[in-house]
Amino acid sequence: MTIGNLKVGECGIIEEFSLDIIPLSLLEMGCLPGKEVKLLQIAPLNDPYYIKVNGSHLAIRKEMADQITITKLG
Amino acid sequence: MEVNAVVKIALVGNPNTGKTSLFNQLTGLKQKVGNYPGITVDKKVGKCKISEALIAEIIDLPGTYSINPTTLDESIVLDTLLNKSNESYPDLVIVVAEVENLKRNLLLFSQIKDLELPTLLVINMADQMARKGISFDLEKLKEELNSEIILVSARKNSGIDELKNEIRNFKKWNTKPMASISSKIDEEYFKVVKNTFPEFSLYKSWLLITQQNNCNFLSPEFQQKLSVLNADKEKIKKYQHKETIFRYQIINDILHKTYVINRNEATEFRFKLDKILTHKIFGYLIFASVLLLIFQSIFEWASIPMDLIDGFFANFSEYAKANLPEGIFTNLIAEGIIPGIGGIVIFIPQIAILFLFISVLEETGYMSRVVFLMDKIMRKFGMSGKSVIPLISGTACAIPAIMASRNIGSWKERLITILVIPFTTCSARLPVYAILIALIIPNKRILGIFNLQGLTLMGLYLLGFTAAILSAILLHNVLKIENKSLFVIEMPNYKLPSLKNVFYEVVEKTKAFIVGAGKIILALSIVLWFLASNGGESFKTANDTVKQDIGNQNLTKVELQKKTASFKLEHSYIGVMGKMIEPVIKPLGYDWKIGIALISSFAAREVFVGALATIYSVESEGEDVGTIKERMGAEVNSITGQKRFNLPTGMSLLMFYAFAMQCIGTLAIVKRETKSWKWPILQLVGMGILAYISALITFNFFS
Ligand SMILES: Nc1nc2c(ncn2[C@@H]2O[C@H](COP(=O)(O)OP(=O)(O)O)[C@@H](O)[C@H]2O)c(=O)[nH]1
Repeated sequence: MTIGNLKVGECGIIEEFSLDIIPLSLLEMGCLPGKEVKLLQIAPLNDPYYIKVNGSHLAIRKEMADQITITKLG
Repeated sequence: MEVNAVVKIALVGNPNTGKTSLFNQLTGLKQKVGNYPGITVDKKVGKCKISEALIAEIIDLPGTYSINPTTLDESIVLDTLLNKSNESYPDLVIVVAEVENLKRNLLLFSQIKDLELPTLLVINMADQMARKGISFDLEKLKEELNSEIILVSARKNSGIDELKNEIRNFKKWNTKPMASISSKIDEEYFKVVKNTFPEFSLYKSWLLITQQNNCNFLSPEFQQKLSVLNADKEKIKKYQHKETIFRYQIINDILHKTYVINRNEATEFRFKLDKILTHKIFGYLIFASVLLLIFQSIFEWASIPMDLIDGFFANFSEYAKANLPEGIFTNLIAEGIIPGIGGIVIFIPQIAILFLFISVLEETGYMSRVVFLMDKIMRKFGMSGKSVIPLISGTACAIPAIMASRNIGSWKERLITILVIPFTTCSARLPVYAILIALIIPNKRILGIFNLQGLTLMGLYLLGFTAAILSAILLHNVLKIENKSLFVIEMPNYKLPSLKNVFYEVVEKTKAFIVGAGKIILALSIVLWFLASNGGESFKTANDTVKQDIGNQNLTKVELQKKTASFKLEHSYIGVMGKMIEPVIKPLGYDWKIGIALISSFAAREVFVGALATIYSVESEGEDVGTIKERMGAEVNSITGQKRFNLPTGMSLLMFYAFAMQCIGTLAIVKRETKSWKWPILQLVGMGILAYISALITFNFFS
């Protein structure tokens, strides 16, 4: 399961071993393992993804979202 | 009088924390924009009086989320804070944070604090705390962060005096690092680091190790030492990740003890607005309307002051001619300098309006939604959602537009954006379009509402955008560059724009354009005037030749003057040049006079109108000059007897100016941004060929 599989409004927890995949700059913006992500919105052509993680509102491309593994919540 | 001490202050912070607002509050209009040596990012420096004896020189550094740069702009922060020989190396650093995103803002603060420079934390947007349900224990936070903290509201102008008071004490600030990275990551390794560079703070050494490629100020021996320490790239990357996680742990702990936010308040509004603005139908409709509004106002609103300016300079030139003593200097002023300055001033309304819109859209947070909405579409053309802002800015001027492309992370996307920007209809093309359209397109309405001239102009804009998109697709398929991109944007909260920020932004951007482009245009106008009013042998004997030619024809004094003047122009240096290229441009429907204008607008297209004005005013020496448009409209093709600027020639010229790369400033900036001559030359040649062919086809189509 990755962020890319979430439906709008759903949440998940970023898994620890995503650490090597997530680029440093994304980590620095708060996208850390163990944190909850919520998918707020998907842009009209299914890309990019608009997420809220660790208090930050970020947009990332689907190719990135597809790489970040999560455990789905709820 | 007491001698004033000067302290250098660097202003650092995440984007959207209100750094610019704070800078404006502190420095007011006492700011100037310069360039960082070697690169062309705007460097904003302002002065601020801290106390009777202390003046602060404040440097506004580009907004960044981390001291580890991902873009060119961000690497300036690194260079300024690490490089002691950088002329902006600060005595103290102010990190600007804001109440709502304090956690993320503190990451940058923790990095800067670890450099062990005197560092102050300013928490901005204090006015938002109650509304957002935020409260914190300031004293406790100070203690935990080992740092003084000032709470301000840049918008409400509160806390600024406390800030200034605190700056006076900067020598007493605690410079202890915040996070001791070594023990949590790899004690052994960091011991070696410390021993290798005992003179630096540990974090500074670590940054030099991780960012060696971004630090070109280091000596070879130093580089050598670093290479030993960062040989294992995988390990370094891992440690950087660990470091970031560790920092967030510390910050989380601290905030847990000191900071309370009631998240449920006021997020509803943002959520609803996001839904509408990024909606799959409404989102695009709204964006299209915004664009339409921008273009509409550039044409409609700007045309009023532009006509006034045009008329004013025509009168001014006449007035100068009539009232100054006759002679070469008067001619230079009336025919060279005044029209030259007029050619610059006329751009101010359009540039100002465009930057007004861009700055408002950025301030409100809407631009990020546009990036979000457009990213996928732009990627089909090899660009990024972040290319949209540069492409829109390109409608004012390609130079700031190309600089605005710096925050595009992927090199391929950035390069394509840079290469196609010059196709967008910049304001330098507008006067050319405006005058040609006025001459060849009737001022009629079709279907009762659409103005034909307006539609033509609109068509030319669309043509520019289409050309940009098509060439982007072409480049996307041709360029073999690995597209390793990281695309992350923050979606900031919606805000009402601050009038002050918008005002400063417009003034600053307009000023930068006038000074930058103005120099070229003014210089060229003077050169042009010189070339048009001097010439070889036949120019010097013009008076006699003309007298002989007309023989015993009975001409009035005015007619004689006119004949002499036009003979002179034909044999002036520029006339000879125009004649020389006439065979090449004849198939496009141009004569040597248009040739002169083409040559002179090679370096800057806006010179076209000024050049024709100069040509015709040199020619109509002694006569009532009238406006440029009247003079051009009266011009007759001596062979066909038709108007010189008829439909085929006019349309052909429009096509030529739509596509040709006639702007030295842009070429220079492309060279600097791409660090190679290859790309500007490609633009020059490619766009030139396209311009020639389409003008040729157009001319024959309409003939
Ligand atoms: N409510 C409030 N808004 C502010 C304050 N300071 C800045 N802003 C707004 O925050 C936004 C970002 O400000 P700006 O100065 O452009 O931030 P920068 O990107 O860090 O330079 C703008 O819309 C400002 O008007 C403040 O103290 N209170």
